[in-house]
Amino acid sequence: MAKITYIEHNGTPHEIEVPNGLSVMEGAVQNNIPGIDADCGGSCACATCHVYLDEKWFNKLSKKESAEEDMLDMANETNKFSRLSCQLTVSDEFDGLVVKMPSKQG
Amino acid sequence: MIKTDVLIIGAGPVGIFTVHQLGIIGLKAEVVDNLDKIGGQCIELYPDKPIYDIPALPECTGESLTKNLLEQIKPFKTNFHLGERVEEVTKDKNNWKVITNKKKIFVTPNIIIAGGVGSFEPRKFSTKNAEKFEGKSIFYSIKDKNFFKNKKISIFGGGDSALDWAVELSKIAEVTLVHRRDEFRGAKNTEKIVRTLEKEGKLKIKTPFQINSIEGDNEIKSIIIKNENGKTEKILTDCILGFFGLIMKLGPIAEWGLNLDKKTIPVSTENFQTNKEGIFAVGDICSYAGKLKLILSGFHEAALAARACFQLARPNEKYRFEFTTTSKNMQERLGVKKK
Repeated sequence: MAKITYIEHNGTPHEIEVPNGLSVMEGAVQNNIPGIDADCGGSCACATCHVYLDEKWFNKLSKKESAEEDMLDMANETNKFSRLSCQLTVSDEFDGLVVKMPSKQG
Repeated sequence: MIKTDVLIIGAGPVGIFTVHQLGIIGLKAEVVDNLDKIGGQCIELYPDKPIYDIPALPECTGESLTKNLLEQIKPFKTNFHLGERVEEVTKDKNNWKVITNKKKIFVTPNIIIAGGVGSFEPRKFSTKNAEKFEGKSIFYSIKDKNFFKNKKISIFGGGDSALDWAVELSKIAEVTLVHRRDEFRGAKNTEKIVRTLEKEGKLKIKTPFQINSIEGDNEIKSIIIKNENGKTEKILTDCILGFFGLIMKLGPIAEWGLNLDKKTIPVSTENFQTNKEGIFAVGDICSYAGKLKLILSGFHEAALAARACFQLARPNEKYRFEFTTTSKNMQERLGVKKK
């Protein structure tokens, strides 16, 4: 279980307890948090679950695989700490994670 | 005007199999899809990615699955209306009148929406005034390359489309290729050509840069690009091309009076009918308690929706359940030769 804060583009925060094993994307979708579309359902094929991490969390979590990096080419307004939230599988070490959503998902 | 028993919206795997399920019970279908090819997400998003959960197919790809499904519906000689999007659906006595963006009209008692997550559209720039220039000096596909002759063009993207067009247009125009990272994901060979052209001074590459703003009132004068460290550069530009792949939008489906739950259409699991009689939804776009977005679930949904269409298409006949293994009628429709 990890407490994750999802921050909408307009600054609205949503604090959710996400069970281990779900992806950060699923944590948002199952709790109806706006800002993450996840059109493809989590198969790293659509780039509509794009989130921003901060530098500390970006370095702490597992590295991007090349498929994720390729998909990020399609995402809107990526930055150095952009990730696709479907590729982040929640474990205890995610406790306290903060992700920010972009202005739109494509 | 085209009259048919059923109009299927969406030519993905579930849409194709719906043709089969209708065909074996003697119903004729027409299929419309916004993409210019058959296969839906399977072809557009992951033609080469493996799929391991199609019953009796231990492993296949989006492409091979589509090919085999098309083989399976061959006997029904179905018309596919590709590159066309259904815009309007209105009630016309006992039928539905369906109009596409190319003004084609279908009249049908049944519509089966197998639309995945909606129609594919190009991903666009989110930059403030990008919309204003769209179709005039910002493009997401190219119809006539001569339009770009002798112009200053900024191409954005890192895949095959961006690389291919950078090579092609560098022959007739002044090209700058801009991409968010140093690596390109397009074909290695094309990337090599692009890098050689850069060395020869025939095009410019700017990485890792993204668009920051567009300058100009009635026409584009220049663009500002920005890298991850905030460094900006100005590029004199007449035209901008963006190749960021496709995104799925629900589009006009939202206007047809159907109940919606976010981007999905709630259905009854008895026949996959929506809140409108004669309009059904199957595959990823439908929702009900326990819905799984799996291709195999879509096949099941197609089988039930197809049977439900029978009643409205053949009001004076009685539907009888049969197996393809033993039914003479079904085997005739499938073109099975007597042994």
